[in-house]
Amino acid sequence: MPSVCFYFQVHQPMRLRHYTVFDSDDRYFDDGKNAAICRKVANKCYLPANRLLLKLIDKHQGRFKVAYSLTGVLLEQLESFSPEVLSTFHALADTGCVEFLAETYYHSLSFLYSRQEFVEQVKKHVNAIEELFGQTPKVFRNTELIYNNDLALLIEAMGCFDAIITEGADHILGMRSPNFVYRPQGCKHLKLLLKNYSLSDDIAFRFSNRHWVEWPLTAAKFEQWVSAVNGNGNVVNLFMDYETLGEHQWEDTGIFDFVKHLPEEVLKNPDNNFKTPSEVVASYDPMDGVDVPHMISWADTERDLSAWLGNPMQSNAIHELYRLEKKVKTVNDERILSDWRKLQVSDHFYYMCTKYFADGDVHKYFNPYDSPYDSYINFMNVLDHLQTRCTTPVVGIDRAGTGSGQTVTPVGMEN
Amino acid sequence: MGLNEEGSGVRVFMLGWEFPPFISGGLGTACYGLTRAMDQLGVKVTFVLPKMVESSYVTHVKLLSPASSTPEETKALSEYELKNVSFKTIASPLQAYATPQSYEERIEDTRRLQHETTERGQAGAEVDRATDYGGDMYREIRRYATMAMDLAKSEQFDVVHAHDWMTYPAGVAVAAMTGKPLVVHVHSTEFDRSGEHVNQVVYDIEREGMERADKVITVSHYTRGLVISRYGVSPEKVEVVYNGVERNGQWSLAQANIRRDEKLVLFLGRITMQKGPEYFLHAAKRVLEVMDDVKFVMAGSGDLMYRSIELAAQLGIGQKVLFTGFLRGDDVRKIYQMADLYVMPSVSEPFGIAPLEALDNDVPVIISKQSGVSEVLKHALKVDFWDVNEMANKIVAVLRHPPLQMTLRNHGNFEVRKLRWKDAAQRCVDVYEQLLVPV
Repeated sequence: MPSVCFYFQVHQPMRLRHYTVFDSDDRYFDDGKNAAICRKVANKCYLPANRLLLKLIDKHQGRFKVAYSLTGVLLEQLESFSPEVLSTFHALADTGCVEFLAETYYHSLSFLYSRQEFVEQVKKHVNAIEELFGQTPKVFRNTELIYNNDLALLIEAMGCFDAIITEGADHILGMRSPNFVYRPQGCKHLKLLLKNYSLSDDIAFRFSNRHWVEWPLTAAKFEQWVSAVNGNGNVVNLFMDYETLGEHQWEDTGIFDFVKHLPEEVLKNPDNNFKTPSEVVASYDPMDGVDVPHMISWADTERDLSAWLGNPMQSNAIHELYRLEKKVKTVNDERILSDWRKLQVSDHFYYMCTKYFADGDVHKYFNPYDSPYDSYINFMNVLDHLQTRCTTPVVGIDRAGTGSGQTVTPVGMEN
Repeated sequence: MGLNEEGSGVRVFMLGWEFPPFISGGLGTACYGLTRAMDQLGVKVTFVLPKMVESSYVTHVKLLSPASSTPEETKALSEYELKNVSFKTIASPLQAYATPQSYEERIEDTRRLQHETTERGQAGAEVDRATDYGGDMYREIRRYATMAMDLAKSEQFDVVHAHDWMTYPAGVAVAAMTGKPLVVHVHSTEFDRSGEHVNQVVYDIEREGMERADKVITVSHYTRGLVISRYGVSPEKVEVVYNGVERNGQWSLAQANIRRDEKLVLFLGRITMQKGPEYFLHAAKRVLEVMDDVKFVMAGSGDLMYRSIELAAQLGIGQKVLFTGFLRGDDVRKIYQMADLYVMPSVSEPFGIAPLEALDNDVPVIISKQSGVSEVLKHALKVDFWDVNEMANKIVAVLRHPPLQMTLRNHGNFEVRKLRWKDAAQRCVDVYEQLLVPV
């Protein structure tokens, strides 16, 4: 009885403008570029995909369901640059077939650097979703599906979530299948949903690849793969970036057609159905405990943190950023706090990745900079300036002063 | 014809420039690196270069080449243990990087010197040897071509390979006489050296050389573009062969950590229009507005050296800029060891070997986007040469943020190891073989 559980990640970073060491204003973000990209992606993906899913939900009378995680920085940009996308999300929320997940409002790596900041951002995001869609998120996903045991424990301790989502990485599962609900190591109530990366990536990455033996992928073929899970799994978790529909896989690849026919194909088999993550959690008991002592993510083949923290520039930039937390929060200025938090968006660190730079691949596609070095320089100039804004009105201008070192150790277990 | 352990069997009549320790710039470095690597590939090379008979003369611009060497120094040429290379010199005052003006001044100096010696000493037999060199530079270039033809008569070779414009007429002449295919190797063009103030005669010589050549090798796609658009050479005739870098073997990290409190930003190269010294100085000025503990070193000589000294003074940063004059050998290595950053703000740079050497010496680099080397280096900071603000921005970032320096250095050093003269030599051999395979 496999249930198909779709969750789409929807996010757009706020890109920085070119900011040199000689700049001294506090306009850090490139509104023009951000607006243009937001509108472009809205037209290619968000609008057509939302409309299609609305139609499908309507057509299948409540039997087709999906979930979204919309980042706070995306919501802010949609509000300013593409309000019509927001209204289609409202319409989706009104169908009752759409679940919204919780994450850090700023799509940040804060869990690794400051538990306090992490919890504040999660709460901020939950509030935003409640306010916009009248729905309280019960399932949590962390930025880039970054996960370990400690995260699950913290999420359980927050007391407001039923489940958490992460990558169904081979090295945490061993021979086990991602198609069951699990229990995070050490948790009592919280359940764990794992991405079926093989079937998810068939859609997200391989769909348009003509060298792939399964090309072209049809809804009927995909239904067979889903149905094959029957007898050895309860749920097929298809987690991917929403931009897969129309932006990563362009319309002319047939991706919308594929999605359009998928529900009817899947539902042809009476054993199959669609469930939202919360319904999956309510329907199935955990099969087993899963122990994840080390950090994992859904990125690259390594499934680790190296895309954000793999070189000295990245770790320096992020350490310096979180070192500022105390000062930023002491100054108590909403604008400074908001700028500081927007600098936490994980994409800023992704742009600094040198891992595949020489080969120029997927990393490059999403990168507004010519090189990881340019992105680091730009980020550090902005951060330097933000720092001067924190120190000017309050006591002590010395940089080495407050909080040096103790907030910056990643992944220490506090309480 | 394939390459095997015994070598390719190709024999090359190579018209080149400068061999160590007399290297005055990238052209000499390239000829040396390429020829040495060809030797290792088993390619037989007859390396022909100009050598001035007179050795005791003075010039304004002190360029070091075989031409200006003492007889003992010249001996060094044969001591490179290149078993497949034979050196032939042609008596001539031609030098790498000479211009018609500098050439004239130099001949003038030689004459004066000879005149003085003759006045002091015994007059007579040795009168005015300089006049043997056919007057102006262009005539000397033609004379050089004739001498090369004479030399070629007694040599066995399959291909003629000429490096940069002064040797093109010689290459054309030798190829015409022997019916062997001609390859001209473009290390720079008149547009790189003179901007839009092109010397028509030089341009014509370059153009004729490229036209008559069977293949044109350029050191970058940047230069290939110039050769096609400015010289009208048909694209299928032009091949890109990137330069390599000579690994300096015995490097010790301990030497690198010289402790001192001032940062050092290095410009190393000829101080000429092409190299963009004024952009370096304007950027230095901007850097000093936000940082204090920095010194800028301009290592090299050239026709804009005095103007650059004046400009530094004018900008009010004279005390922060050091001019070392032309450096060589150990001094170059020493200055690299002291440097935190190397900047190459070239206005037009066909390739640019110096940044590779800097990286090889663990110095991160900022290079102008208007350079061939920026095609091959990913792990370098890049700026438009005119954008002094951005140049300064990047200089400050490297000096302020050790993690940036570290990442650039580690990746850059790794990257530069992949650029080997051996590959460049092999690419040249491939080009020869295209010409030698009967169609």
